[in-house]
Amino acid sequence: MLEVSVRHRYGRDGFALDAGFTVAEAGVTALFGPSGCGKSTLLSIVAGLLRPDAGRVVLGGTVLVDTARRVFLPPEARRCGVVFQDARLFPHLSVASNLRYGLTRAPRDATGPGMAEVVALLGLEALLARRPAGLSGGERQRVALGRALLARPCLLLMDEPLAALDAGRRAEVLPFLARLRDAARLPILYVTHALEEVDALADRLVLLRDGRVLAEGAVEDLATRTDLPLAARRDAGVLLPCTVAATDPGGLTRLDFPGGTLLATARPEPPGTRLRLRIRARDVALAVAEPRGLSTRNILPAVIQDLAPGSAPQEVFVRLAVGPSTLLARLTEDSVARLALRPGIPVWALLKAVTFDHLGGVR
Amino acid sequence: MELSAEEWQAIRLSLEVAGRSVLVGLVPAVLVALLLSRSRFPGRFLLDALVHLPLVVPPVVVGWALLMLFGLRGPIGAPLHDWFGIRLVFTTEGAALATAVMSFPLIVRAVRLGLDQVDPGLEAAARTLGAGPLDRFLTVTLPLMAPGILAGAVTAFAAGLGEFGAVITFASNIPGETQTLPLAIYTATQSPGGEAVAARLAGLSLALAVALLLLAEWVARRMHLLLGRA
Repeated sequence: MLEVSVRHRYGRDGFALDAGFTVAEAGVTALFGPSGCGKSTLLSIVAGLLRPDAGRVVLGGTVLVDTARRVFLPPEARRCGVVFQDARLFPHLSVASNLRYGLTRAPRDATGPGMAEVVALLGLEALLARRPAGLSGGERQRVALGRALLARPCLLLMDEPLAALDAGRRAEVLPFLARLRDAARLPILYVTHALEEVDALADRLVLLRDGRVLAEGAVEDLATRTDLPLAARRDAGVLLPCTVAATDPGGLTRLDFPGGTLLATARPEPPGTRLRLRIRARDVALAVAEPRGLSTRNILPAVIQDLAPGSAPQEVFVRLAVGPSTLLARLTEDSVARLALRPGIPVWALLKAVTFDHLGGVR
Repeated sequence: MELSAEEWQAIRLSLEVAGRSVLVGLVPAVLVALLLSRSRFPGRFLLDALVHLPLVVPPVVVGWALLMLFGLRGPIGAPLHDWFGIRLVFTTEGAALATAVMSFPLIVRAVRLGLDQVDPGLEAAARTLGAGPLDRFLTVTLPLMAPGILAGAVTAFAAGLGEFGAVITFASNIPGETQTLPLAIYTATQSPGGEAVAARLAGLSLALAVALLLLAEWVARRMHLLLGRA
């Protein structure tokens, strides 16, 4: 487990960081926030590339930084693997030598996946003899992932590893990130400002704004909160863990979730695959009587839990219970008044199958 | 074109003096370049100025200063001679030393340019992969600054072939010992009927310099290609 509690200030009246959070024993913790919120600074402090003005960083019982006791472990002694946004492969070394750079310097008793295993995991066989200059951006980032993992770190730090890639390359690297997360039994701190990456990879979320932690917790829990800046986004909504049940010959995939079943456009994953579905609040409509003659296939019986002011004027977030699961719907105040929506009443939640485009694989 | 034995000797001597000057100056120049580029210490400005002095001071003055320091009664020359039996004045070694001092700022400048090309982010990456200071210098910084070191070495060698003022002042003009190409040309112009010799040696000198510049350019390109830079 990683515990961070630091203060840092750039210049006399510059940007001030004052943040504390923890990273779980295993799984991905995403540091999420707009650019300039201090998330990359926090990562540099954990990696040892920046010395904070004050604070403590403790990794699995080892004190990395404690300004009060004048402890500051240099990066080379921290065993924190870092994947930088710009890959930072050594241009004078082959891909194979880049991969081995950390491996040969890892402590002898350190355990972790071997060269062959990592090469297979990240699909690097064909690249081993090449130089970084001849690789595409996506290939470079995959090699950087392998290099960091092969250093046998106690913690993996990823600093917006997909931000420098275009959409196509991102889609190419993202599955490898998911595979690495599942294969590496170590905590990962993942810095990003892209919600898609949080949905696809993160177990826990630390929300940052202006150098401060707004909230931290399980991704699913924070997604249902309407008091966070997340709710002001166009893609605000809950994350629903689902299992692929079956794909009909008609081209629809049935996804089971705790409390019901959803029909989505055909998915390539085999039955049994676990997915995480982002149900955007603006894609959810409500009816007080069971609707008939609609094109919408997903009509879920639900109970209104509460109403919260929306992020825009004249808007309301309606929190719904569908069995044990929670959904959020974003409605106008007018609709809420017209249908006399209030906590406790049963409703039907309408979800169009084609709106489920925000899919991420989970373990 | 027929060259006399003396002329061949001057060419060979020039190559030897320039080569030895680079061998002597290269490692200290890399260290000084690292010191000037990477660290902040009191007296850094003074060291920078001292290194660059040979570029602005008349070469004869540099030769005179070396004579004062390394002469048989100089503060460095006396112990060198008394304890180790090493004499630098009026020897080939002395000519190499004078040439090394003159070309030192050229190497330092080229090495610093090479060092500036090294992305500090790569050194940070090496640190996170467990490489300590000497380890990452040898495996990352040094290979990446190699084009600058090589450029400095070739430039210094080319310039060293033609060093005149400092050599003649400190090492004198002894055929076969310290009479390098430029000194031989000078001697030829001073002797009656030496115009033809002077012209031949001048042409040779020019050809050598151009060949070396082309070599430097080619090597730099190859190295940048190897390092994946455009």
